[in-house]
Amino acid sequence: MGGGLKNMIDKDYSHVINKIDSLAAKIYDDFQKTDVPFLQLPTRTKSNIKFDGKLNVWKYGKNTIERSAKSLDGAYMLLRTMYMADFIKEMIKVKKSSTLREMYYISEGWDLAKFHSQNESNLLAEDLEVITSCMREDFKLRPEEDGARVIGNITIEEMTRNNTKKKIHCQDDVGDAGYSIPYNVEPEKITFKGIDADFIVAIETGGMFDRLAENGFDTSNRAILVHLKGQPARSTRRFIKRLSDEKNLPVIVFTDCDPWSYRIYASVAYGAIKTAHISEYLATPAAQYLGVTPSDIENYELPTDDLTKEDINALKSELTDPRFQDSFWKGEIKLQLKLGKKSEQQALAKYGLDYVTDTYLPEKLAEIGLTRK
Amino acid sequence: MTKITAHDLAKKQKEISVAEFFERNKHILGFGNPTRAIVTSIKEGVDNSLDSCEEVNILPDIYVEVKNHEDGECKIIVEDNGPGIVKKQIPHIFGRLLYGSRFHAIRQSRGQQGIGISAVVLYGQLTTGKHAKIISKVQEDRPAVVMELAIDTNKNRAEVISRETIHWDKQSGTRIEISIIADYKRGKRFVYDYLQSTSIVNPHAQIIYKDAEGEEHFFERTAEAMPKKSSEIKPHPYGVELGTLIKMAKNTKARKLSSFLKTEFSSMGDRTTNSVCEKAGLDKNLNPKEMKREEFLSLHRAFKKVKIMAPSTDCLSPISETLIRRSLKHETKEISPEFIITASRPPSVYSGNPFQIEVGLVYGGKLPRDSPVQLMRFANRVPLLYQQGGCVITSAISSIDWRRYGLEQPSGKGMPSGPAIFLTHVSSTQIPFTSESKEAIADVSEIENEIKLAFRECARKVQHHIHKKVRRKKTREKFDLITKILPEIAKKSANMIDKPVPSLEAVITKIMDVVWIEDLIEYEKISRQTVQTTIIPDEESTSGSGGNITKSKIMVVNYKHNPQKFNLYALIPQEAVVGSVEPKPTKIADNYIKWNLGTIPPASKVDVSFELAGLEKGDFDENDLYVENINPTFVIGADKWEGD
Repeated sequence: MGGGLKNMIDKDYSHVINKIDSLAAKIYDDFQKTDVPFLQLPTRTKSNIKFDGKLNVWKYGKNTIERSAKSLDGAYMLLRTMYMADFIKEMIKVKKSSTLREMYYISEGWDLAKFHSQNESNLLAEDLEVITSCMREDFKLRPEEDGARVIGNITIEEMTRNNTKKKIHCQDDVGDAGYSIPYNVEPEKITFKGIDADFIVAIETGGMFDRLAENGFDTSNRAILVHLKGQPARSTRRFIKRLSDEKNLPVIVFTDCDPWSYRIYASVAYGAIKTAHISEYLATPAAQYLGVTPSDIENYELPTDDLTKEDINALKSELTDPRFQDSFWKGEIKLQLKLGKKSEQQALAKYGLDYVTDTYLPEKLAEIGLTRK
Repeated sequence: MTKITAHDLAKKQKEISVAEFFERNKHILGFGNPTRAIVTSIKEGVDNSLDSCEEVNILPDIYVEVKNHEDGECKIIVEDNGPGIVKKQIPHIFGRLLYGSRFHAIRQSRGQQGIGISAVVLYGQLTTGKHAKIISKVQEDRPAVVMELAIDTNKNRAEVISRETIHWDKQSGTRIEISIIADYKRGKRFVYDYLQSTSIVNPHAQIIYKDAEGEEHFFERTAEAMPKKSSEIKPHPYGVELGTLIKMAKNTKARKLSSFLKTEFSSMGDRTTNSVCEKAGLDKNLNPKEMKREEFLSLHRAFKKVKIMAPSTDCLSPISETLIRRSLKHETKEISPEFIITASRPPSVYSGNPFQIEVGLVYGGKLPRDSPVQLMRFANRVPLLYQQGGCVITSAISSIDWRRYGLEQPSGKGMPSGPAIFLTHVSSTQIPFTSESKEAIADVSEIENEIKLAFRECARKVQHHIHKKVRRKKTREKFDLITKILPEIAKKSANMIDKPVPSLEAVITKIMDVVWIEDLIEYEKISRQTVQTTIIPDEESTSGSGGNITKSKIMVVNYKHNPQKFNLYALIPQEAVVGSVEPKPTKIADNYIKWNLGTIPPASKVDVSFELAGLEKGDFDENDLYVENINPTFVIGADKWEGD
């Protein structure tokens, strides 16, 4: 796991260059053969994700779409793909990297190939990962999103920007905000040193993360607290995945009680639809959903809000999402639709500030067999 | 209880004076409330002015003014440049109810019952006690007459209060000034709407309206041609009522039933007359004056049993699609609509009365998206402003499913919603109004059907238009694709792997794989040159300010990989005059030009063009192209020719 420094500097990008060149050659050959140029890639929708029994995560299925120069949209996509591939090749050559946002701005100069929104360029970067089976990191592209936070009895060794190793203890060496997860969480950047904990709690909201930290839940329950910050960034998911795998720690996910939160859990445990091509790197199949569940609304008599039309549609959509087909999720989603209500993690404060750490979490942990002895 | 006898009743029975009749019936005459009164008054004046100008072939210049007094009294002024009215007739026309020259003639005209303008005079007199003032000049070198009139309501006769002659600086014309009690505040919007609508269906008229605030509104003339003069026709047997039949027989000069039928009715030839008499069981030599009621009855019944030719329809004066389009375009300029589409039906007949339907549809632009479509209803060039709900036009439109044409309409019935204006013009010798106020057309199934057919045609054109727009957009996209993006993709891929840029032609024909037709319309102004701008060629109505030449240019490119040879058709408005056409056409018909194009090799193009005169700028703003002898799915920019 050592030799991070060496890896950082000397990382071999030749396979990336090869992939990009063969992409260009494919298009070029189409012209030569007087075929209308096209690229094929998996359909990146809910209908095309299949459970991979070997990897224990959800991956793209067999459905593909064709981006053909026959249509205007397809032709634009091909042109943009070529421009982006060329840009990445250039970055590798001059040993630079850029954020996705920077690339979006750079595309302003790509004339016809420029993007209309950053979402477009982000999606195409993912497409390019899928087409070349490279990772975003191979393309020297990094996300804008700042890392989420960690508090717990763990020491992380991080390669700083001065290329020196620094050990950080995630209770003693950090402030109230905790340790900040960097965008690169690969072994060349961070390694896990000493750890003394029983499980990882991934928490959706900052408010609840701070509540558990203030109440000392990390110490009292020997837990590593990870803040997800809504839909978690790739690095956060990768961090959880590595920590869970390497240190053999169970992961529990603690979110609000609404359809969007279930998707957060799904992306941690099963893999997200958008990034299903790299689910085996990002997903932690053993992660368990703790709550807040629709049953909790009833059992704990939690304060609620009415489901909005969007909430209801999202719940219905989850009923057809292959990732939510087990009896637990089907039952909970149907119950929620019947209740017509949703709730928040912080609604537990109804019973006082300590209720979540003194009563709710211990009860729920016991339910899933993770009780502290 | 005391018993009332017929004698007692007789004491109460007396002749009802016109004033009483009016008072009791003012709602059906359009004077039901002070808001309606102001619009009806102006309407009667303007209708008279338009009719009289048309009768002598003068392009109407009409001036309308409303003066509003604090106490709810309004002075209405309507002035025209018509032929004027001879002195003797003025008291009759303005001071007697049910007097007029048009009452007995069967042809298309605005007013029909002759109750019109004198009712306004009477209403003014009843509500304000003031006299009407009429100025009239019939000849340029004669002075004008000014007359103040009152109506003797017991005798139904005019009383001339004063009469003098004055100098009036005008060739000829009539001016009326009538004071009435009216609600100007509420009525003013309707006055404006009425005048604007009138201007739309009377493109040959210019109307200036000065409102009570002193603001002048101009409704410009958009056509220099007088409407086709409608001719009088005799009643058709299918439409005549028994009472009218008896009255006609009493007054006829004919001595025999057969000649009575042939001379007093339209569409009655020898053979039809004979079979009518036969069916009625009547001797054709009967003296019509001596016929009995039972004989009339069987004659009347026999009419319905015999197939009689439809009446001639040249008694109608439709506006024409081009003029409706032009007026609508002019009046909706500020809305900048997406398109204006018109349709007209051939003349048809209900109960022996000829009628014809014309419709127009304005869509998009600044029109409100979520309110019901705006209806503009017209009967014989007169706007119908009230009783929309009870009108056959409304029910015809409501019965069409507009959802497939992109308008909102819950359950596919009722008034649709969306950014559109629907115009309907019904012309007929006899508009079947629901009441004397002439605000709604009765539910006559023949008329309803024709309106539906006209709007369906309009809707089809809308669909066609939208379809064409979509296809045109796609065409343009493809053009961008092959001229800009594809070369870029080729260049980029070649650069990335250090190879020469590949050739694109084969890929381009594969991507396009169509015959592509692109067109363009331009207008060229020609100054001080006599151009026929009228539908009916008329010496006097050639445009003085010059006209426009409409130039249509069409480019046909063969992007298929084999040579193509086919026929091309371009639709043209019937009233247009075709100028130069390139290449030499195979046929120039009334409404289209046809070319048998020569063989076009792959990746080659042919230029086609034609010029049209006799149209205003914008009358022809879109080519309608069709192809023949080629699979139409190979062609972008034209549809399959379905025959003439």
